[in-house]
This record gives sequence, C-alpha cells and structure tokens, in this order.
Amino acid sequence: MNALTALTLKASETTIPVVAPTDADGPFTLLWLIIALPLLGAAVLLLGGRYTDKWGHLLGTATSAMSFVISLVLFVSLLGRDEGERQISQHLYDWIDAGGLHIGLDLLYDPLSALFLLLITGVGSLIHVYSIGYMAHDPRRRRFFAYLNLFVAAMLMLILSENYVGLFLGWEGVGLASYLLIGFWQHKPSAAAAAKKAFVINRVGDMGLGLAIFLMIVTFGTTSFSGISALSGGATETTLNWVGVLLLVGACGKSAQVPLQAWLLDAMEGPTPVSALIHAATMVTAGVYLITRSNFVFELAPAAQTAVIIVATVTLLWGAIIGCAKDDIKKGLAGSTMSQIGYMMLGAGLGVAGYAFAIFHLLTHGFFKANMFLGAGSVMHAMDDDVDMRHYGALNKMLPVTFLTFAMGYLAIIGVPPFAGFWSKDKIIETALVESPIVGICALLGAGITGFYMTRMMLMTFFTDKRWGSTDSGGDVHPHESPKVMTIPLIVLAALSVLGGLMLAGNWIVDWLSPVVGHAEHHEPPLPVIVITLITVAVVAAGVALAWFLVGKQEVPRVAPADVSIATKAARADLYGDAINEGLVVTPGRATVRSLTAGDRSIVDGLFTGGTTVLAGTGELLRRLQNGYVRSYALGILGGALLLVLTLVVVN
Amino acid sequence: MEFVKPELEYAELLPLLIVFGGACVGVMLEAFLPRGTRRLPQVGLALVTVVAALVATVVVGMGLDEHAGADGSGGSEGRGLVGAMGSIVVDGPTVYLWGLLLVFALGGVALFGEQRLEGGVSAFTGQAAALPGTEGEREASTRGLEHTEVYPLLLFAVFGMLLFPASGDLLTMFVALEVLSLPLYLLCGLARRRRLLSQEAAMKYFLLGAFASGFFLYGAALVYGYAGSVSFAGINEAVRAGSANHGLLLAGIGLLAVGLLFKVGAAPFQAWTPDVYQGAPTAVTAFMAAGTKVAAFGALLRLLYVAFGGERWSWQPMLWVIAIASMILGAILAIVQNDVKRMLAYSSVAHTGFILVGVLGVQSAGDLAQGQYTSLEGVLFYLTTYGFAMIGAFAIVTLVRDAGGEATAYDRWAGLGRTSPLVAGAFAFFLLSMAGIPLTAGFIGKWAVFTSALSAGAWPVVLVAIACSILAITFYVRHIRLMFFTEPSQDGAGVVTRSSLLTSGTIVVCLAATLVMGVVPGPVLDLVTGAGDFIR
Repeated sequence: MNALTALTLKASETTIPVVAPTDADGPFTLLWLIIALPLLGAAVLLLGGRYTDKWGHLLGTATSAMSFVISLVLFVSLLGRDEGERQISQHLYDWIDAGGLHIGLDLLYDPLSALFLLLITGVGSLIHVYSIGYMAHDPRRRRFFAYLNLFVAAMLMLILSENYVGLFLGWEGVGLASYLLIGFWQHKPSAAAAAKKAFVINRVGDMGLGLAIFLMIVTFGTTSFSGISALSGGATETTLNWVGVLLLVGACGKSAQVPLQAWLLDAMEGPTPVSALIHAATMVTAGVYLITRSNFVFELAPAAQTAVIIVATVTLLWGAIIGCAKDDIKKGLAGSTMSQIGYMMLGAGLGVAGYAFAIFHLLTHGFFKANMFLGAGSVMHAMDDDVDMRHYGALNKMLPVTFLTFAMGYLAIIGVPPFAGFWSKDKIIETALVESPIVGICALLGAGITGFYMTRMMLMTFFTDKRWGSTDSGGDVHPHESPKVMTIPLIVLAALSVLGGLMLAGNWIVDWLSPVVGHAEHHEPPLPVIVITLITVAVVAAGVALAWFLVGKQEVPRVAPADVSIATKAARADLYGDAINEGLVVTPGRATVRSLTAGDRSIVDGLFTGGTTVLAGTGELLRRLQNGYVRSYALGILGGALLLVLTLVVVN
Repeated sequence: MEFVKPELEYAELLPLLIVFGGACVGVMLEAFLPRGTRRLPQVGLALVTVVAALVATVVVGMGLDEHAGADGSGGSEGRGLVGAMGSIVVDGPTVYLWGLLLVFALGGVALFGEQRLEGGVSAFTGQAAALPGTEGEREASTRGLEHTEVYPLLLFAVFGMLLFPASGDLLTMFVALEVLSLPLYLLCGLARRRRLLSQEAAMKYFLLGAFASGFFLYGAALVYGYAGSVSFAGINEAVRAGSANHGLLLAGIGLLAVGLLFKVGAAPFQAWTPDVYQGAPTAVTAFMAAGTKVAAFGALLRLLYVAFGGERWSWQPMLWVIAIASMILGAILAIVQNDVKRMLAYSSVAHTGFILVGVLGVQSAGDLAQGQYTSLEGVLFYLTTYGFAMIGAFAIVTLVRDAGGEATAYDRWAGLGRTSPLVAGAFAFFLLSMAGIPLTAGFIGKWAVFTSALSAGAWPVVLVAIACSILAITFYVRHIRLMFFTEPSQDGAGVVTRSSLLTSGTIVVCLAATLVMGVVPGPVLDLVTGAGDFIR
C-alpha cells in the first residue's frame, strides 16, 4: 500500500490526473442501463426474427433515444457536481478472477465519457430516425436496426468501460457491428469483400491493442484506468513507449490511420446511415478516444507520442489528397473523414495541450460529418442510388433542405468562422504550430486542401450544369426532396454544425476535460493567435478559390477523363494503399502460407501417416504375443518378474 | 508365547463388517429360499448392504478427525487409527477409497440386476454346471433359471476390495487379495452367452492370478526374512534402520510388486486383461475394471509408501520401466483392436501406466508449491475419474446388441450415432474423458498426476505419458468417428436395446460425475486433499 501511495505521489508530480472515481449513487446508478437498452434492443430484434419486422425499427430507435435521455440526465447531474467529484464508477460484477488478475466489469463515467455518451446516443438516435426513412424499402430493415443497436451498445461499452479489457470488449463489438453493416448488402460481391477487408485490417490493429493490454497486465498487474494511471509513473519509459506504440497500432486500425487506412474507403459499400454513424461520427474516432483516455501512458512515453504525431500528419494529408480526386460522393467524404481524424490524432499526439481540442474536433466533426453523410444519402436517395458526382449538378433547387443543411456542414468542415469546424480545427493548427512548425504547416496545408476538395464536392453536386435527366445520359431520374423523417435529422445536425463552436465559449471544453487529461501550461505560439487564424482562413480561401476555378468555372465531364496527371491517378488509386498492402503483406503472406502448407503436407502429415503405419505395424507384431495361450501369459509374467527384480538389483 | 485377546474397533471397521455380514446373509438366502424367488431379496440385500456400508463409511470419515495425529503418523497430515491389532489401518485414504469402492459397487449391483436387456433374465448363465451346448443348458434357459449367487459373490469381492487398501500388514493384504480375487474368478465364468469364451477367461484369470499370488507370497516371505516383521510399520522401521541382507529386501519388493501389478494390469503383467475383460459378462467387467484397479492401487500405494517409503530410490526406477511399458503397450495395442471390450481393456492398461506416473510423484505436501497435488491426491482423483468413465462405458457396451447378444465388434458400432445419438454421444463423452480432453474429468485427472510427477523430476516419464496420451486419442477418436461418421455395415448393425432404470441410471450417474468433475473438480479435489496421508 505504501508503494502504491509513493507511486501515486510520483505520478501527481508530473501533473497527470489519476483516475480515482467514486462509487455511483443517485441517478448515476442508471449507468449500466445506457448500454443495456440498445443491447436489449439488438437481442430482441435478432432473436425475435420476423415477428419483430413490423415494429423493429421503432424499438431500435426507441432504445437508442432512451439511452440518449439517460445520458442527458447524467450529463446535467454531472454539471451540478464539483470538478473534483466528476469521476464516477459502477462495479457491475467480477468478470475475470484468475490468480492475481482481477478484472471487473466496471463502468467509468467522467467528463470525457459524458461527452462521448451524448455524441453517440445523440447522433446515433438521429441516424436511427433517418434510417427509418432511408431503409424503408429494404426487406431486411429490422435486421439493420438490430445491427445498429448492437453497434450503439458496443460503442457505449467501449467508452464507458473502466478498464482496457472492457474497452476491448466494446472495441471488438463495434468491429463486429461494422463488419455486419458494411456487408449488409451482402448480395453485392463488392460489399462482402469490403466487409472482409475491414475486418481483416482491423484484426491487425486489434492485435496491437491486445498486445498492449497483455503488456499492461504484465507490467502493472491490472488493466483498470485507475490502477494504471496511479502506477504508470513507476514503469520504465521503454515499457511505456511500447505500450503507447501498441495502443497506437490499435488506434490506427480502428481509426483508419496510415498504414492501416485502406479499409475505410471500401467501407462505403455499407448503407449510408452506417457510413454516417460508424465510419464518420463515432467508431472511427475510437482511436482518438483510446489515446486521449490513455494520456497517463502517453504523457510518459515521448517516443510513442512522436509516433502518434507522425501518423496523424501523414494521414491528414493522405486522406485529403485522396478526397480531391474521388468522384464517388461517399468516397470523397470518406477521404475527408480520414483526414479529419488525422487532425484529431494530431491533437491527441500533442499531449496535454491538445487532448481537449482533439475531443472538441471529434465532437464537431461528429456533427458536421454525420450531417454531410446523411445529406449525401439524401442526394443518393433522390438520384436513384447513384453515387457518382459527375452525374449530379445543379441539385440545389431540387433538394433545398438537403442543400442548405449540406452547406452548413460544408462551411463547418472547411473552417469558415463562426461555424463549428473553424473553432476546433483552428485550435489544433495553433497548438501544432507551438509544438513544431513543420507539423503545423502540414496541418495548415491540409486545411487548404480540405477547402479545395469540399468545394469541389459542393460545386459538382449542387451547382454547375445539370448532368442528369437527359436521354443521352441514359437516366430517367426525377430528383425529389427526401421525406421529413430524413430531413429533420439533417436540420438538427446542421444546427449543431453551426453552433458546435459554442463549446469553446469561455474555454468551457478545456476546463471541462481538464480533470481527465490534465491542465496545460499556456505556451505562446510563435505568431499572435489572430495572425494564425487569419493565415488559416486565407489558406482555406485559396483552396476554395482554386476549386472554383478548376471545377466551378469549367464544364464537368460526365465521364472521368483518363488523361490526367500522375498525382490525380495516384489519388484516384487511394495513393496506392492497396498496392502497398498487396506487395508488402499479401504476397509475402501468401508465399509463406503456401510453403507452410507444403511443409505441413509433406513433413507433418508424412510424419503422422508414416507414424500411424509404424504404430499399426508395431501393434500387429505385439499382438502376436497375445496368442491366447495361458502358458505364454504365465511365461510373460515370469519374464516380467525377472525384469523387475533385475531392474531393482541393477539400479542398486 | 502368551495369547492376547484381539480387540476390534467395531465402530471404525463397521463398513467392512456390514459388507461381510451382508455377503454371509446372502449365502443364507441362497440356502433357504426357493430358487425362483431369490432374485428380489438378493438384489435388495446387496443394495441395502452397500448403501449401509456407504453410510457407515461417511460416518467413519466424519469421525476421523478425532484420531488426528494418533499413533505417530508418518505424514504431516495423517489421521486415523491402526485397528484390529495392527492388521487394518483406517486413515484418510482408506476411507476415501472405501467410499469410492462402495459407489462403484453400487453401480456393479445395478448392472448385475439388469434383466430387461436379455428379455427378463440376467446376463448370467442359468445353470453354470451345465456344459455349454448340452440339453441341460437348453433346459435351464427355457425354464428361465438364473444364478443369484452372483450377489453374495459380488459382496465378498467388495469386502476383499475394502480390506485390500486398508491392510496394515502383508498377511492381511494377501488374504484381502485372495478374498477379492476368488469371487471375481467365478463371476467371470458365468456369462449367459458365449459361455466357452467366458469360461476360458475365468480359467485364465484364475491360473494367472494364482501364479501371481504365488509371487506375492514369496515376496512376503523374503521381506519377512529381511525385516523380521510382516506389519508395514515394522518393515518401515527395518528398512530405515538398514540391515545386511539388502538383496533379500530388493527381491522381496520386486516379487510383492509383481502380485499387485498383476492385479492392476500393468505391463508386462497385462496379458490376461483383454481376454478376461472380453470374456467376462460385461457387468462383471465394468465392476472389475473399476473396483479391482482402485483397490489394488490403494494397496500398492500403501505398500510402497508406508512399508518401503525408505527404499523409494530402489523401487522408483522399476516403476519408471513399468509405467512406460504399460502406457506404450496399452496405447499401441488398443490401436489395432476391432472389438470394443478389448479396446477398453487395452485402454485400461494404458490408464494403469498413467496412474503409475502419478505414483512416481512427490509424496509430501511440504515439498510442493500451493496449488500442486501430491502423488496420493493425484492418484486418488485419477482413480475416481477413471472408475466412473469405465463403468459408464462398459454399461453402454451392454446396451448395444444384435441377435447374438452384445455386439462388441467394431463394425456393429458403425453409424450408431445416427440411430441412437444419445447413447453414442454418452459413449463418446466417456471416451473423451479417458482421452483426457478438457472439460471432462479425465483431463483434470491426467493434469493432477502429470504435474505431481513433474514436480518430482520424473519428466522423461511424463514426456512418454504425454506422447501416449496423444497416441491414445487416436483410437478413442477413431471410435467416435466410427459411431458418427461411418455408414452402418451391410450385414447388420448393432442396435441400442432399451434397458431398465438400473443400467440407464448407472450410465447417467457416471456421465454426470464425469462431466461435473471435469467442469468443477474443486469439491472432489478438496475431498482427496482432505483425505490426508497414510498413517502407519
């Protein structure tokens, strides 16, 4: 116990907050219900089968909405508490109890998870509502809602767990839900392949997370946040660096960061609400959550932190470049998601100064990206599920609500003041500039590219010439605005995209999160803040202007031109991410498997078949001793007796 | 020489006396009841006797603590008393083995009493004295005669088995050996079907058993010559003191071991096992396979640990050889069998080897880390798991029949899993337990004996044991494949006959025990740990 106190003291000297929750009481005892409700919904819908077809979507939406209501109540209760008492844990039961290892199914409710709860259940509920309309004509709608509920439950488990093993449970749960939903239209080979790809690549990341957990068990003997945050000061820096890097591998898989990014673009094969909820707003940001939550590891692991920054910077440019060349509206948005998560990771990699902004950007991104995905879904709905932006154009009059809400998201993501994205992204760029000019400039450049590709998307979809409806385009499309059940979520999300920046008012979010991530010393950036902001806005404006000249001022061909620059080709091919995987992993992997199979056939199987032949032969020989004559048996006994006595005499 | 009036501790010896008394009453019933009306009283008497003895055993076990540390026990945890003027030792292991033997005896009585399978008569011959294939035999079978002497015989055998591991000197041990063996010789020859095979088996068992008993007796004489005493405590003292004629002692140990290793069916004394297991009525085989092995291992442990504990370094290499030979021979020969009963017999030889691995383990709890088991605990647990699986498996063998009675040939079992999935599934489960697959009792048993032997540094034997476990999986799994994944043979497959509650109940109890000890072995492990050490 003394050792523990000493370690706690040591940790507190480095101003990393220790997770020391109090037991749940009052409304906080309802914590488990937040997870249980959607889980129950999933169970009822999956087990109830077709008997629940009629009302399944309503039940799914209701469980998610009820979770949101509870989350809201808890959030308000938490606001009413003192800053020091805002960590609450609930012990459900002893999960694993083996030798010295005790892992409980414990939940942790603190300012960080409170925000996530609101995001997941709030945006989740809106997307449930939207899906009622979007999936109205799908014969398997009930199953879709079951999977969505399963996802929500798993995601809540992920962010509410008080230890890494519970987090891993949720982590795998969202992976499963993601797999099921990407491949939801499994009759399409491309969807089935995309689901498999996402699953396999995520396994690589999960292996990293799993190893990190093992290493923590070995090092600290516990996986609980409270235990490790208290003990992390006592571990060596090398160990913590390894833990950090392994956690980063996990985060890369789930959050589609380079080098495990290749699955996210293909994941767009899933229904659009899925892309909005899982592959934009919530699940893919789990990596950011993981790193922020593990601040007590990363703060003491500078090498791992540097790795996070490098991965984040590469990804934010990588995703942005891909986004510039995509004609598929959802893939364009997916590239953008990748890039924006890069920003969040960058914030998280910057340490105490950046954690709060990473989470801030995560929240605002959750609003505006979900908004834009759902908007894209609405456009596809209107265009008979056509996703090629080259077949759109001049849709602003046809789909006024979709257009206006999409525009709000657009302004937010490129960072036009005072929309939500401006506040969050600007803060990350500013913090990055303090940390390292190179990284800061890269982030700035990314903002400019964001301005370009989003403007391109906006123009190709809602402005420029109409490229549909004519007979030579072969289409007989009649764009129409989506029903209210789809537009109302769009309006709500658009409002949030506009107003999300309010969270920064009076530095609220930074203070709110400081009990979890620590309070940063203020460092003056190399340039005055207002100058940085102006430069950022100028760079974005340059990107927008470039798009205007390249796309808005020219005619957009209905078929993508083939004679394009090398850069465009590369971006269209996802910067050769698949080719790299193929060359570096798949081909050598196949070769290894092939040689191992051959070895297994010849050596191992040979040993076994040969072995059994030898055994059977030996058996047949020995069998002759069993000739049924009692005299031979008696002789055997005599021989055995002699053998025994001889052994006794010889060894003595 | 002054004659001392023997004093008997009636309370502690009650289980023995109940079984012996029950057997004697059974003989009386044979004498005074008319032939047709004996069955019900005999079955009832046997059941009541065994249950009463079981209750008495539990009572004795509960009262064992009163004798804690009495009589200068050898081990740290030994408790119990040396009774009947030093001839019978009632200590923790004895009581545990008594309980185990009586539970198996209960299964034996139930299987003996089964009548539904043979269409209203028992599996035993109607008229043992009638020559096979004669008019007398036919007449006995048309009149529906049966031998109810099997119940008293069973009780006498049980009495011998109870006495065997409890004996405190070589003479009592020898008497117990004969008391348990003689009724079994007889029982083996009483099969209703294939009588020649059965009688041949009985004859072989008797001749070889007598031969082995001779070795035992000669060994006893040599040891007496060395130690000047037949009591285990006396021998122990002499061994620890050391004396001139060491060769005498070594030869004595070897010859005594022959007698006991014959009973447990260890190689190279295993030759009788397959013939006898196959020829004997299956109910007898079931009872014998479990009971004899438990009793004989109890006796072997007592002899080696209590009397010859000081000579451990002499007899351990001998047991290494025997254990390795038994495992290899049992496993390899089981692979080439095509008869279920013979396969199980050879598998029991392999099991003997595995248990002997446990005998080689660490004996003192003080030498072990927490969570490890001493060899005694490991062996006791293994015997428990083994006995239940064997009785259950042989009980199922009685169910699978064709026109000629029990169908034990492999091709009769092909495709059984499709026609009778429950019975085939239960059999498969017993086989998996014998193979030592996790979540069955057999796995925990193997784990216990192997770890115990490893702690004692007998890793080469453990390596062989693991290799043989893998070999053994071959024939167990092959049989499961035969039942579930092979087409039934063209010339008729065996069918599962409906049995009465006696057999099916036994199977269910064995199945439950095998499952429970595999999933939650804790209570039984606590029981064997609580049994403590042997006392002298």
